[in-house]
Amino acid sequence: MSSISREDVAHLARLSRLAVTDEELDRFAGQLDQVLAAVARVGEAAVADVPPMTHAVPLTNVLRPDEVTPSLSRDVVLAGAPAAEDGRIRVPRILGDAE
Amino acid sequence: MTGTSSDLTRVDVAGLSRLLSSGEVSAVEVTRAHLDRIAADDGRLGAYLHVEDDAALAAAAAVDQARATGAELGPLAGVPVALKDLVVTEGVPTTSGSKILEGWLPPYSATVATRLAEAGTVLLGKTNMDEFAMGSSTENSAYQVTRNPWDTDRIPGGSSGGSSAAVAGHLAPWSIGTDTGGSIRQPAAVTGIVGHKPTYGSVSRYGLIAFSSSLDQAGPMARTVLDAAVMHEVIGGHDPRDSTSIDTPLARLADAAREGAAGDLRGVRVGVVRELGGEGHTDGYEPGVLARTREAIEVLAGLGAEVTEVSCPSFDLALPAYYLIAPSEASSNLARYEGVRFGLRAGDDGSRDLDEVMALTREQGFGPEVKRRIILGTYALSSGYYDAYYGQAQKVRTLITRDFGAAFADVDVLVSPTMPTVAFPIGARVDDPIAMYAADLCTLPASLAGLPAISVPSGLSDGLPVGLQVMAPALADERCYRIAAALEAAQDAARGHRLLDELGAPAGAA
Repeated sequence: MSSISREDVAHLARLSRLAVTDEELDRFAGQLDQVLAAVARVGEAAVADVPPMTHAVPLTNVLRPDEVTPSLSRDVVLAGAPAAEDGRIRVPRILGDAE
Repeated sequence: MTGTSSDLTRVDVAGLSRLLSSGEVSAVEVTRAHLDRIAADDGRLGAYLHVEDDAALAAAAAVDQARATGAELGPLAGVPVALKDLVVTEGVPTTSGSKILEGWLPPYSATVATRLAEAGTVLLGKTNMDEFAMGSSTENSAYQVTRNPWDTDRIPGGSSGGSSAAVAGHLAPWSIGTDTGGSIRQPAAVTGIVGHKPTYGSVSRYGLIAFSSSLDQAGPMARTVLDAAVMHEVIGGHDPRDSTSIDTPLARLADAAREGAAGDLRGVRVGVVRELGGEGHTDGYEPGVLARTREAIEVLAGLGAEVTEVSCPSFDLALPAYYLIAPSEASSNLARYEGVRFGLRAGDDGSRDLDEVMALTREQGFGPEVKRRIILGTYALSSGYYDAYYGQAQKVRTLITRDFGAAFADVDVLVSPTMPTVAFPIGARVDDPIAMYAADLCTLPASLAGLPAISVPSGLSDGLPVGLQVMAPALADERCYRIAAALEAAQDAARGHRLLDELGAPAGAA
């Protein structure tokens, strides 16, 4: 188990799409280091032959009938969007000027 | 019971159901009594983020009108209810305690909310919570602090702290909470009420704002074990809209509570978990909490239960495993808040591109604990770290589950304190995530194994409530209700009143 640096936190924040401040970088780096130290014991558990689990009652291949059921109308969806125009969700540009 | 409006807030759900069914009181009277109490007292407690007011009165009036026309109504018609603010409610503000969802009006309702509405209950409002349920004190809410009705300088537990404070403070007869690592049981314990986390998959997660999907469960918070069982029967059962929902009928939970209250536990085998406050494992546990736990176990033995100590060595790994699994799943679940389809959008001034707007939106919309967990989860799921962290933690879940399995070969239920301490002062742990996480020490094993577990009051320590946790095998939720009801009935009888009666009415209430 490794420790986590300020640069690591900056990289992870970029991956997580969080525009963190310098002050947050300093604070989070210290706190995350503490948390990682506290969870490090997980790495020492003897689990080489142990399967992972996610559910107390394992379920597989949960299917439903392939039938059309009611879904949300366009107007209802657009009413919840932060910006809408011409019956569509308006989004910021996704390409740079040079692209 | 004098029939005055202020008294109605102190009647439990079983009592309200009788009064409403017999026509002794109207649904409007019951709802108005609660709304008046909220108006008078929620400025002090801060339990609610949103109160339905006129909409609640209209819903109550509709129940009264249906009853007047002779319609066949269920036993809960007209009983008010409060929902934790991550239960999605159509047309009713739902924030999950986060600024990123401020002002959002959901276009649909959670199955839990729909089932309560179909039972005729009246929605009073939405309760405060730690942002996205990440916390153990409700101090991580982006909106307000919620205070413990027993001592307003102390936390009401978390993350369902608004729901616990509302029920303990008589601002709602019962409420829905959700539990990922203890967020129903721990707030119930520190406010002197009952809270049950159902078997994972036995209550639908459809419409619950997701935190850690392999752990999240909704469940009842109430003033009596019977009321909690009744609510569980309403909200539980298979839902095709949740692919992790278990397709088996619920056990008869209210009957189990009534059977327990009759006070005969002969033949019931109770295991006391050594690793949760037992010999050699008392670090961090308050003496008063351990004393109330011992006394509660003596009460169970006095009712005929056979008590033995059991060892579950892997439980020591529950806290580190949880604080890898929950942030990992959260970092994935919270990717949906991108400022495009719903919720907040920040910095969209025409010059910034989508990536920048997304990062600014999330920076502005999320609080510090949510950011910490997203970053930690992103780290734990990173290429090269996945096996060492998330993968390893999922295997530890299997070890914990095997410990439970071995224990349940010899005993019917396991017991422990619900939380190592009583409610701590507001502000005491906000800057120390590790100390905050320790509040979940006792509740995490059942969460990770997906097992049912209830918290029931066991008494007071320094004037503050202590809870006993009762854990059972998967789909044996009825055992939790039976044992908890037995303890509740025996202690109420010995005391001559309910524990919550010692809280008294606030100044100004009749």
